[in-house]
Amino acid sequence: MTFVRGVLCLVIVLASSWAVAQGTADKGGADTRRSGYQDMGEALQKMQADDTANPGMLFVQLGGQLWGKAAGAAGKSCADCHGGVASMKGVAARYPAIPKGSDSPVDLEGRIDLCRTANQQADRLPSGSRELLALEAYVAHQSRGLPVSPPDDPRLAPFRAHGKDLWQARQGQLNLSCANCHDDNAGRKLAGVTIPQAHPTGYPIYRLEWQTLGSLKRRLRNCLVGIRAEPYAYDAPDYVMLELFLMDRARGMPLESPAVRP
Amino acid sequence: MMRMSLLATALALAGPPAMAQQVVGDAIPASLTGQPGDPARGRAIVASRSTGLCLLCHAGPIAEERFQGDLAPTLAGAGSRWSEGQLRLRIVDGSRLNADTIMPPYYRASGLNRVARAFEGKTILSAGQVEDVVAYLATLKD
Ligand code: HEC
Ligand code: HEC
Repeated sequence: MTFVRGVLCLVIVLASSWAVAQGTADKGGADTRRSGYQDMGEALQKMQADDTANPGMLFVQLGGQLWGKAAGAAGKSCADCHGGVASMKGVAARYPAIPKGSDSPVDLEGRIDLCRTANQQADRLPSGSRELLALEAYVAHQSRGLPVSPPDDPRLAPFRAHGKDLWQARQGQLNLSCANCHDDNAGRKLAGVTIPQAHPTGYPIYRLEWQTLGSLKRRLRNCLVGIRAEPYAYDAPDYVMLELFLMDRARGMPLESPAVRP
Repeated sequence: MMRMSLLATALALAGPPAMAQQVVGDAIPASLTGQPGDPARGRAIVASRSTGLCLLCHAGPIAEERFQGDLAPTLAGAGSRWSEGQLRLRIVDGSRLNADTIMPPYYRASGLNRVARAFEGKTILSAGQVEDVVAYLATLKD
């Protein structure tokens, strides 16, 4: 199973409670939140930090080409509406968000999909497709280093609360919740693998095990499959709600896209 | 007698617990199949990452499996800490002893949420496999 990889290491870093994992919620206390980046070996950290070695950057480049390419019945490119990609700075740091004229949140992938179908009048790019991941990586890359900054929109609260419920619900044949591993046992070893705190700060990520770029949705599906739960349908709102919760939990942490993970 | 236990095993393999297990105190004293388990098969189940999954969370005296977990107490010495009946209940459904445990219920198919279709209505281990694991753990005397 996918959980089982990595090297045995004797250091046990404990993030043993929700309050501790929350870090900044504990006013005045040290922020104990850690990105998965900090749990990786030095070689992988270097690979992520060096743009010439980070395989995710190939997708960022492909995204740059797609940004300027006209598509769909409208015959427009992203650049025709948005100009230079610098206009995308900070965008990934505040998603998921509620788009104008709607009353439910979309993630960055969903926002790109809206532009594709409504503004370009093009066919949708399938979730997990190379093109969609490349555009997402190109946009997210513009927020690299910026703090996660969820929007101050009260309409998001019920969706976020539902995401928290999903996070805490036991599910699957193994009867585990996300919180069981990522709040209560983060830093410990699940077989050889250090359980990360599950901050969504690196996505889309280049994962060595996948040998390609992948979305947060793909990562969440891996964890669901690991506990033998039925993954939510690809277009289910549950992923967006979990992401809303996770982004709030990671508020203030720097974005890393495209991150590298083992 | 022979026919009875074959039937019980067949039902257990089909998924849901074949019979109500008699819990006495913190133990299930009687074998789920009416037969003793096989420690060698039990060891293989405990070591396996797709069947037992035990070493995801536990460490144990299984040297060839290098990557072992540290989410749970070591399995070394389990057989001197617990009787076979106590081990059986802990594997069948540890939540009967500790409602918050993260140890999966290996022989309970009800009261679970959103189980993947491939595993729906099935227990993680069959009754016979639980007995094999119990028999193996009972040999871990220190
Ligand atoms: C049994 C333990 C376990 C459970 C339960 C679990 N995960 Fe994970 N999760 C892991 C491990 C281990 C990793 C990293 C290692 C790997 O690649 O598999 C991980 C990785 C992640 C990451 C990636 C973090 C990064 O730095 O890129 C996210 C996000 C995540 N999990 C979210 C979730 C969510 C949401 C749930 C519930 C739906 C969940 N996990 C359930 C063990 C678990
Ligand atoms: C997802 C984690 C997890 C998995 C997988 C798991 N366990 Fe456990 N187990 C625990 C935890 C945690 C405890 C500590 C008691 C508690 O939580 O109630 C425990 C307790 C035990 C105990 C009692 C230990 C003692 O000395 O107090 C035994 C025996 C045991 N497990 C055997 C097994 C076997 C055999 C398997 C596989 C067939 C297994 N466990 C799989 C987490 C796990």
